[in-house]
Amino acid sequence: MTTAAPKHTPKMAELSLGQRLAPWMPVLLVPVLVALGALAIPQTSSWLTLTVSGLAMGMMIFIMASGLTLVFGLMDVINFGHGAFVSIGAFVGVSVLLMLGQMTGAPSLGLNLIALMLAVVGAMAATGAVGWAFEKVIVMPVYGHHLKQILVTMGGLIVIEQLIIVLWGPEEIYITRPEALKGAITFAGAALEKYRLVAVVVGLIVFAAMRFVLRRTKIGLIVRAGVQNGEMVEALGYRLRRVFVGVFIAGSALAGLGGVMWGLYQEVITAHMGNDAMILIFIVVIIGGLGSVEGCFIGALLVGLMQNYVAYIEPKAALISNIALMVLILMWRPMGMIPVVKAK
Amino acid sequence: MFRSILSGDMPRSAVLSILLAVIFACLALAPFLFPGVRSIDTAARICVFIALVASYDLLLGYGGIVSFAHTMFFGIGAYGVALALTHMGRGFDAIIVGSVAGAVVAALLALLIGLFSLRVRAIFFAMITLAVASAVAVLASQLSGLTGGEDGLTFKLPRELGPAFKFGTEMFGGELFGVKLNGKLLAYYLVFAGALVLFLLLLRIVNSPFGRVLQAIRENDFRAEAIGYRVVYYRVAATCLSAAAAALAGSLYAIWLRYVGPDTTLSMELMIDILLMVVIGGMGTMYGAVIGATLFVLAQNYLQNLMGAASGLVEGIPVLPQLLSADRWLLWLGVLFILSVYFFPTGIVGRLRSGR
Repeated sequence: MTTAAPKHTPKMAELSLGQRLAPWMPVLLVPVLVALGALAIPQTSSWLTLTVSGLAMGMMIFIMASGLTLVFGLMDVINFGHGAFVSIGAFVGVSVLLMLGQMTGAPSLGLNLIALMLAVVGAMAATGAVGWAFEKVIVMPVYGHHLKQILVTMGGLIVIEQLIIVLWGPEEIYITRPEALKGAITFAGAALEKYRLVAVVVGLIVFAAMRFVLRRTKIGLIVRAGVQNGEMVEALGYRLRRVFVGVFIAGSALAGLGGVMWGLYQEVITAHMGNDAMILIFIVVIIGGLGSVEGCFIGALLVGLMQNYVAYIEPKAALISNIALMVLILMWRPMGMIPVVKAK
Repeated sequence: MFRSILSGDMPRSAVLSILLAVIFACLALAPFLFPGVRSIDTAARICVFIALVASYDLLLGYGGIVSFAHTMFFGIGAYGVALALTHMGRGFDAIIVGSVAGAVVAALLALLIGLFSLRVRAIFFAMITLAVASAVAVLASQLSGLTGGEDGLTFKLPRELGPAFKFGTEMFGGELFGVKLNGKLLAYYLVFAGALVLFLLLLRIVNSPFGRVLQAIRENDFRAEAIGYRVVYYRVAATCLSAAAAALAGSLYAIWLRYVGPDTTLSMELMIDILLMVVIGGMGTMYGAVIGATLFVLAQNYLQNLMGAASGLVEGIPVLPQLLSADRWLLWLGVLFILSVYFFPTGIVGRLRSGR
């Protein structure tokens, strides 16, 4: 006698609010953090200033970190030398700006922007080229071997930092922002630095462009498919290695862009600035979920906001607060906010 | 007897055995063979770094886990002794309390970090330790009330370990083979003995069944888990042990220097030095730590002068003098590091063993 299959009784109950919100939780964290900041900082004007600078910082970290997370997602390569591209970008960009001294010194927005564009293009070209060489020389021989990747890319970082010192000298270089981007505008009683607003806009443009490329173009489709299941993409006839080299170069170039922006934000550049930025970049990449661009964006905003709010309330706790944020998020979602599901 | 002291892990290469014996003899008799402040200082540094690098090798070579927080644990041990000696007065009880407390704090911190990162992915560990270590380094220089900030702490050791303490005056007339018998000599032998005990303990650990399991996990964690070992537990335990050993090495360093500061114990440069010593000596062999640390410290102390001289020779040629100047020491180390990871992943010891 056979037993009957258990009775199948599908329920048509609506998903609860919590269930429907769950996928959006990471996105909601940003306004929640902003609201918490508003509660902790009573003066609205300083809260607004801090929020804008937090968003600006977050955008810059996102630009620097996005390449790292994509490179990991696509090829399982963890690049500890990513910070070197930030430094190279900053040094090349600043050198270009210093050469164009009369253009940046003039109080005309157009001339300033042209100079800035040239600096950015120079920096991105340089870091893209270095990224290509880095991939060929340093990363390629150690595919599929995490331990060696960490060691070798760390070695690459040291060499590049030292070469920067050889080429530009060991002293830190102080720079001033282009004339039109100096100063602040006042909005609702809060002083908002012009440069930070520009950084927010640039960050949003980069994020939008990246999302467009990843979601709406064929190459983006291949990259996303490669993140999920590389073997399958190769079986379908695409050379994932070439795509990967492209992504590596693009990621390095973005790190260079981030480096120029970060250098102008700090108004001083040093050879080890990239390595210092790496600390925040790693936190962002981990809490976002390794391989996820959206997670990286949200994580960067959270880290930027957190850093600025806490630095205002208790300056010494700023870096610790970000580590606490990372710990909390890993307790909630051990693989990061938006974990990348690998089909393996 | 000899076998059991070395936990059955023999050097397994004639050249390596001779090298190890020479290093051991030189370190054991350093004050008599190489009198002079600078050479004793070098010998003590070698002792401390052998213990420190061996503890890192337990993690990197045997466990296959990359950590960037090893200097943090080293620093915790050093600051532990420093704080105990500052606040409890100059006594041996303070040294013991300080080093034990340092080791316990380091192990607990390692447990926390390990539980957070290792349960998901071993690769998280490298990134999280990098972030935590730099946060702690910043914190150590900011909390100047406790740690002395950037200046660090200078403290007094027990009188018996200082140069003012003389002994054996009636028996040897205060001198033995022309070496003054004073507290500095005792301090050296304290550091030497401490490092030796730590090293032998670590050798015991990696040759125990626990060490075997770690190696199995390093080779294939999935398979180790399938056989029935809880990979996370083993990895976390290795992290804690290695952190505690690093903290004890830090205590020895603090005792020798009579000073702790962020630059000498917590800096990223030190972390890179440790990585280099492990890789050059040979990952996954404790003897690699001995060879790596000895070579590296000697090179650091004496080769930098040579580089300065070489830079002087090529004066006038563009760029070359800058590339060769002693300040660019790290550049060549980086190159050496990359090359040795590619071409000699088993390091000097691996080469010697396979070239039998």
